[in-house]
Formats: sequence, C-alpha cells, structure tokens
Amino acid sequence: MSIFINKDTKVIVQGITGSVGLFHTQQMLEYGTKIVGGVTPGKGGTEVEGLPVFNTVAEAVEATGATASVIYVPPAFAADSIIEAVDAELDLAICITEGIPVLDMVNVKRYMQGKKTRLVGPNCPGVITPEECKIGIMPGYIHKKGHVGVVSRSGTLTYEAVHQLTQRGIGQSTAVGIGGDPVNGTDFIDVLKAFNEDEDTYAVIMIGEIGGTAEEEAAEWVKANMTKPVVGFIGGQTAPPGKRMGHAGAIISGGKGTAAEKIKTMQECGIKVAETPSVMGETLVSVLEEKGLLESCTTHKANV
Amino acid sequence: MNIHEYQGKEVLRKYGVAVPNGKVAYSVEEAVEAAKELGSAVTVVKAQIHAGGRGKAGGVKVAKNLDEVRTYADEILGKVLVTHQTGPEGKEVKRLLIEEGCDIKKEYYIGLVLDRATSSVVMMGSEEGGTEIEEVAEKTPEKIFKEVIDPAIGLQAFQARRLAFNINIPKELVNKAAKFMLGLYKAFVEKDCSIAEINPLVVTGDGNVMALDAKLNFDSNALYRQKDILAYRDLEEEDQKEIEASKYDLSYISLDGNIGCMVNGAGLAMATMDIIKHYNGDPANFLDVGGGATTEKVTEAFKIILSDKNVKGIFVNIFGGIMKCDVIANGVVEATKQVGLNLPLVVRLEGTNVDLGKKILNESGLNITSADSMADGAEKIVSLVK
Repeated sequence: MSIFINKDTKVIVQGITGSVGLFHTQQMLEYGTKIVGGVTPGKGGTEVEGLPVFNTVAEAVEATGATASVIYVPPAFAADSIIEAVDAELDLAICITEGIPVLDMVNVKRYMQGKKTRLVGPNCPGVITPEECKIGIMPGYIHKKGHVGVVSRSGTLTYEAVHQLTQRGIGQSTAVGIGGDPVNGTDFIDVLKAFNEDEDTYAVIMIGEIGGTAEEEAAEWVKANMTKPVVGFIGGQTAPPGKRMGHAGAIISGGKGTAAEKIKTMQECGIKVAETPSVMGETLVSVLEEKGLLESCTTHKANV
Repeated sequence: MNIHEYQGKEVLRKYGVAVPNGKVAYSVEEAVEAAKELGSAVTVVKAQIHAGGRGKAGGVKVAKNLDEVRTYADEILGKVLVTHQTGPEGKEVKRLLIEEGCDIKKEYYIGLVLDRATSSVVMMGSEEGGTEIEEVAEKTPEKIFKEVIDPAIGLQAFQARRLAFNINIPKELVNKAAKFMLGLYKAFVEKDCSIAEINPLVVTGDGNVMALDAKLNFDSNALYRQKDILAYRDLEEEDQKEIEASKYDLSYISLDGNIGCMVNGAGLAMATMDIIKHYNGDPANFLDVGGGATTEKVTEAFKIILSDKNVKGIFVNIFGGIMKCDVIANGVVEATKQVGLNLPLVVRLEGTNVDLGKKILNESGLNITSADSMADGAEKIVSLVK
C-alpha cells in the first residue's frame, strides 16, 4: 500500500515534447512508471519514446485510460494545463512547473472547488511510491520501499531526508512534495490524513519552511487526529523577514510565518522537530525506537 | 518587485482611484518647477525610496511656499534615510514626489493581500490609518475588518460598502470610498500585485476620499505579462549582487555574514544557512542555483559570491538530483580558475554522479576541503573562517 499512486497508476505527461518534459518522461519510464501517453497541443498523432501524443487531455484520457497527469508546461501556460486536467476528470494532477503567477493559481483553486481532481504542486518535485511509481523530477534511486511517509514543501530537502532514511535502512511508503508556492493544491493536512489512513505507513516526516501558517494548522490537526508518530523540520530559521527565499511562498511578512513560531506549535502538538537538517533521519529513528517501531520500519541494511 | 510611491499613484490613477496631484522631481529645480505647476497653497515634498517609515526619518516635509519647497528639496535630495525598513545603512534619496497638500479630516487604512489560508485575495480595512497594520493587528485586532474576495466575480460593491461602513467612513462618503476600493481591487488583479497598501487613505475637508500614500508590490512571476510595470523597476534601489544573479536566473539574497553559500534548491539553501548558524557561523547569502544549473551558471554564481567583500570562505552544499554532481564540480573548478580563489572552500556533494564529482574536485589540484554531510561541511567551513 501507499498513498495517491502505485504500480498500477496510468500517467500521461502534459508538455511531453518540451525538453524538460521529454527528459523526465525518459527518467520516469526508466523507473518503471506506467506512462501511457502525452499531450502537446498541435503535436497530436505523433509519437515520443514510443508513446502516443494527443492534442488534448480529454483525448489522451479516452484513448489510454490514464488517471493521473504530470505537468511540465511553462509557467505562462501551466494554470491552463491544470484546469484542462481537472476538466478531464483525472484523479490526480501533479504540477512540477515553478513560477506560475499567484493570481492564476487563485483562479485555478476557485475552479477546482467541487471537482474530483487532486492537485499536487505546483512548484514541487512530485510524488514517488518507491519501487512502484515515480511521478516528477526526484532522483528515484535514493528511495527504498518501506513504511515511512514523507511530506515536504521543498524538493532538495526532501531528497536530503529520504537519503538519510535510506542510509539508515528505513524505507519509505510514499514521498509527496507539496511545493513551495503560496497557493497550492494538496496541503500538509491532506497528505497527513492519507498517511494516517494508509495501513502501510507507520510514521511520517513532515518538512516545512518559513511563510504562511500551513505547518501550524497541520500540527493542530496532528494533535487532534494522527495516530502515528510525526517528526518534523522547518527550514529558514535564520531567514531575514520580508525577503523571498527562493520559493514564492517562503517569506516572513508582517511578523507572520517565522520558523520559531512553527517549531513551537509543532512541539506543543507532540511533533518532535529536528534541530538541524542533518539530523532529520536521526530524529525519526529516536522516535521510532521510543514507540517500538524501529524494527518494523527497518526494511533493508543500513549504510552508515 | 517594488516600485516608488509616485509610480504606484500613476498606476492607481489609471484605475480611477483618487490620488492627490503630484509630479516626480530628480533635482531641486525640477521640484520647484513642479510645485509652481501644481499651484497649490500647500505642497508636500516626499522622499522616494523603496522603504516605509520615511516620514519619521525626516523624508516628508510640508512646504507653504516655493522657497520652502526649494529648502526642503535641497535638504532631502541626497540625504541618506534610515528607517525601520532600510536597515542601519539607510538609503540615499534620489527622487522626490512633489504633491499638492490636502486638508485631512481623518486617516484610514485599506490594504489588499493574498490570503494563503483561503487562497483568495482579501481586502482589509481599519480606521487606525497612519499606523502600521501589523501594530493594529497586534494591539487592537477588533479594529481590522476583512472581505474575502471570490476571484470568479471579484470584489462586490456591497462588500466595499460594508467595509467602508465597518471602518466608520462618514456615511455621505461611503459610495466614494466604495468606488475607490473597487478601483484598487481592479488594479491589483489586472496588474498582478502581491500587496497593495493605502496607508493612509484620507477623507478630506472638501469631501474627497484619496490615497495619501500607495505601496504596491508585484508578483515577480507575473512580470512577463506586465511590461509597463517592469519599466518602473529602479535598479538603484536593489542590491547589485541580486541584480547580477537575476540575470543568470539564480536566486540570491544578500545577508550580512562572512560564509558564502552555494546550494541547489530553495529549501536546502535555507537549511544550509540554518546549519551554518547552528555551528556559530554567519551566512553571507542565500543562493539557490536551481535544478538545471550549467557549468556557466555555477561559474557566475561563484563570481557573485566572491564579489561580496565580506566573504571569508565558501560552502558548496549540493544534493544532486536532476542537477548532477559532476556539473557542479566542473563549475567549481572552472570558476576558481577564472576568478582565482584564495579563500577556504568546503564542498559537500551527494546524489547523482557523486563519485564522478568528487573525482573531478580531487584531480583539479585545487585546495578544496570535502565534507561527508551537511553538518560536517558546516562545521568545517565555520572553523576555517574563524
């Protein structure tokens, strides 16, 4: 078991003929993801990597039975691509694109109200269920199948956490990058809820960063509902206020969204927070030990 | 992206938002000329810098005649203003806004921001004009009123009226205030603002509702479709290293420490600053080289870090995913050859092609300290710059 995606998930790639889309399509195929086709308006009827290309998402879905889409469309057109995926009633749309105007995302979110599609991202590394299905841009080989769920606003920091887990012999059920934008689809609570209900996930690592209050809300949710241990990390403890730290959403404004506030709330809600990014894995191990879960979470030989 | 107050008022005027008449001036002569043209009884001389708190720092003066305009313009132009938003080094005033004075009856606050919790734009209002909204929020939160705006239909007239009534705008002026708010919202959406703050909004003796100040910030992701806004960019208000970085699509923020950082990914870049601080060091910058960096980009990133004279050592922290470690290693070698490096350099590589990357660094003959983990790297660079 896993959340959101598994070995049977059929995926189409929006923007498959662009250089980024093509490169990652090859990488995903190599990982074993069931990519069944792609969409590039105007290139319908052609083939890429032996996959059929369609003009519209609706056509692609009808012809291939895909239930998920991954979007590598440039920022100016990405909101339209997300809406097209939602309109085609896909279960899941994962948008990798960074740099979408925030008011475009405000409109997308409004359009998505009451629709069935789950959006992950934008500005995210994607979702991976190790050894089954990788949808996104993360390096597949660092992941190992297992029982720890990972959810994060940052790409490379997720890789860092996953790498630390894998080195310690702890595999992952699913890793979800929810993205670094201020307006996004799936949030921490959505993912935590799914991990809580997934019988194959025994514990969760949650990686946040400065900006907004999503971590605080998630921590309150954990306190009230989560039956599994959660450990955390917050990036940007030393970030100056008023400066956008790379991610559009990573900004302390009006005294809100500081790391200190997030860490305090998380700790109050029973989430153990790693002091430095170097000890995310170590912190999880200590909690697993405490809860008697270390053995069941150890899936392979450690490498440290 | 930030723009100046006078530019913000130009934008607002196009949307029918009432603002006082005024002109920009780059010299004392231009200031006097502008005041003459305005011909108002009272003229306000306002320093134009990208920071709030100008009034308190002596950057806003009220002149009763042209001689006073000359005196104040002469005094403010070239002055370095230090406000709570400029940092201790302050900002030099190079432009003035010469504006007609108005008879202020009462000051209010109106602001538009993106509310992350509702994924919507929210209009906020308060009758505590002139005070910073954060301060009002902290001391008297009951005095802040909000209207959440549905993007499908935009701000509605009844919402604008409701907000105007809530903040106690005199009832005969509520319709004027509502028109003001509707125009402001339209400008916000059509121009891709990230913040629009009118503080203060004033009600005048002759029954007008006007923006006495205007702070507009714009979504940098949307500037590709806002060419007229992009033309307002004032490079002199920005950090030179940040401008240079933006040319190469590098995400760079200047800080005041002495350890230069080069990292891939925003989250990891922030975490790298944190871990340096954890080992009692001080980062000189935030720098995300991105996921698709080339050797050329890495070289430029290195040059920018080294152009900061405070930098006493460099920490490169890379988790190669899509970004391959050998590309980073080549960039580091190339850059040090081009610019000549005589500072300590600690490199931590992990991920895709890590062995190849390490090999390139080892065989380069450069004096590079390699690290096995983030913590190891941070500890090493901190001890090397001490």
